[in-house]
Amino acid sequence: MTPYFDPYDADRPLMLKCSCGREHTVAEHQQEVASAQAAATLRARSETAEFEAYSNEFIEATLVKALFPQDAVRRRFLRAVGKGAAMSAIASVLPVASLQAMAQEKGALEKKELKIGFIPITCATPLIMAHPLGFYSKQGLSVEVTKTAGWALIRDKMLNKEYDATHFLSPMPLAMSLGIGSTAAAMNVATIQNTNGQAITLALKHKDKRNPKDWKGFKFAVPFEFSMHNFLLRYYVAEHGLNPDTDIQIRVLPPPEMVANLRAGNIDGFLGPDPFNQRAVYEEVGFIHLLTKELWNGHPCCAFGTSTEFIQKNPNTFAALYRAVLTAAAMARKAENRELIAKVIAPAQYLNQPEVVLSQVLTGKFADGLGGIQNVPDRADFDPMPWQSMAVWMLTQMQRWGYIKGDVNYKQIAEKVFLLTDAKKHMKALDQKVPDGAYPKFKVMGREFDPAQAAEYARSFPIRKTT
Amino acid sequence: MQSLRLRSALLSTLILLTLLGVWYLATATGSVAAPAANLTPEQLEYARMMGKDPGVSKSGGFPTPAQMGATVWGHLSNPFYDNGPNDKGIAIQLAHSLGRVALGFLLACGVAIPLGFAIGMSPLLHRALDPFIQVLKPISPLAWMPLALYTIKDSSVSGIFVIFICSVWPMLVNTAFGVASVRRDWLNVAATLEVSPLRKAFLVILPAAAPTILTGMRISMGIAWLVIVAAEMLVGGTGIGYFVWNEWNNLSLTNVMFAILVIGLVGMGLDLLFGRLQKAVTYVE
Repeated sequence: MTPYFDPYDADRPLMLKCSCGREHTVAEHQQEVASAQAAATLRARSETAEFEAYSNEFIEATLVKALFPQDAVRRRFLRAVGKGAAMSAIASVLPVASLQAMAQEKGALEKKELKIGFIPITCATPLIMAHPLGFYSKQGLSVEVTKTAGWALIRDKMLNKEYDATHFLSPMPLAMSLGIGSTAAAMNVATIQNTNGQAITLALKHKDKRNPKDWKGFKFAVPFEFSMHNFLLRYYVAEHGLNPDTDIQIRVLPPPEMVANLRAGNIDGFLGPDPFNQRAVYEEVGFIHLLTKELWNGHPCCAFGTSTEFIQKNPNTFAALYRAVLTAAAMARKAENRELIAKVIAPAQYLNQPEVVLSQVLTGKFADGLGGIQNVPDRADFDPMPWQSMAVWMLTQMQRWGYIKGDVNYKQIAEKVFLLTDAKKHMKALDQKVPDGAYPKFKVMGREFDPAQAAEYARSFPIRKTT
Repeated sequence: MQSLRLRSALLSTLILLTLLGVWYLATATGSVAAPAANLTPEQLEYARMMGKDPGVSKSGGFPTPAQMGATVWGHLSNPFYDNGPNDKGIAIQLAHSLGRVALGFLLACGVAIPLGFAIGMSPLLHRALDPFIQVLKPISPLAWMPLALYTIKDSSVSGIFVIFICSVWPMLVNTAFGVASVRRDWLNVAATLEVSPLRKAFLVILPAAAPTILTGMRISMGIAWLVIVAAEMLVGGTGIGYFVWNEWNNLSLTNVMFAILVIGLVGMGLDLLFGRLQKAVTYVE
């Protein structure tokens, strides 16, 4: 069948509209078909033995890596206890047990009908694509992914228990667990949804003001107070000598409003999630000043999480959910899948964006808004490990900007919220030597962050809120 | 009379045509894409990335009347499709919105009319409650929302609550006013005939105050329909407000304009309905 009209088909009416018989334009029909085809291809890819093996290994490798961030420790541990003992130690913990066993040894699901919230941005890619690709149903779950209007609403719907699990900004579960900006409710980060994938977009009229020192008086937008966007923007301008509380204005705006406000001139720029950076370029109102990857390569952004109560009540359901999302993350990490993923998540019920915008974000080959084409394959990535040192860094920044007053027990909070501690508890019970934790060091704008010296780090900045 | 109606219809059509003409002229020039001749491959790719493929029209920007027409037809020809929780046809969205409005509005009627009666009959109650009414009346629906979400802990009930709380005041004030200004003579007649209080309320006061009460209901309905869009944009999920928000996400002005049109038409329909009701209870002294 030709994609347009099919005058020689005896079984279908010949109408001078879409030949599938439905009332929509041919372009719409093609888009629908392309999206369905892409989903089918991806599903087929996910069902190959090769991908399953890859996905199993990927999940296990990320977990082992999380337990032993320093490779020397991992090797020493393996040599000391032997491979078998190490594997059984890791296999005995949640969610590792059910993950490692993958298809076997699944416990009965406590709850099958789940509601998961998401914000329509590319950060949510694994969580969204798991739906059309059938990863949830493969785990026996019937999941409804629901588009949500803003981060405050995500928070409220989690507190109300309207959602079983959700797409979070990774600092949100920390803030919620601490009771900052809401009533305190214990929340957990199960996996990080995505790493990198954000950018600073400036209005086109500022294309000659690439130095942040010239930004005094600018108005910027970020999606939420407790977001990596807010912390990174503050960090970035402060490194250039501007105080984000007094020298610039930072407003909270839902991402879709960012582009509209940029066009209207209400803001000078934003540090926002994709696809809205690329969308601003596409709409010819802004240009990409820098990708957040250049500030901190591999920084976390959004997270997949749920309440501690949900995990305790439904451990098997949670493990199934975890498997589905991690499988999707494994798939999304492969560069060859990215074009197809863009097609799958572009339709109105998911991101509702032009596919050409999404594919630029996901493949990393993009127009920068100033006439150039850049090629940054790791512009967006989907590394799922919830490193606890990331949580510690977020806490230091919350302290630095006055969101948390007084001293903070960084490790305790990080380990309570970022789920890796169960693994360690179980290892202790098995008389295994417990690794020190998932605290890899990393660099933010060239400066190394050592989670062991968090308090000193938080105090070390010349520009911070002093109250 | 006949000629006035004819002339006014003619004038309306004329205004509509002028508006369409201005719209057509204003958008006609802007949409011509630059010809893609003598460009390097890199420039061509850049153009593609910016959505300026030759032959492909970009979704953003202000639509021409023709594009608008195509969108309207597209929505109206398939109003009942259902692609999961985040993408439904326009009729389903409207049904969700109307259902919420109806629920909130009926609740408001249930509270406002009896309470308004009580306030209208008793000067004491009137004086006592007046400050509360005056303070609560001007609060915007969006201001109620966070409080509702926090206390009710259910987003769809919160939406209905916000409609209720915003549409209750005009009805309350109007009912009280209508009841208080029933002509003394009629009440005196009722008193001389020793009519029981209940009969007095239903057979004398209610018919006398009905036009004013219906005016209040009409205003309230208008407010409820105003509020629903804002509430659904905030709470999301379903409804015409969610539709607007979702299309705003996609920066699709055409769809937003379509939604505006639908909201306006439905609002007019509701208003006409109450206009009819009002006519039915109006009396000439």
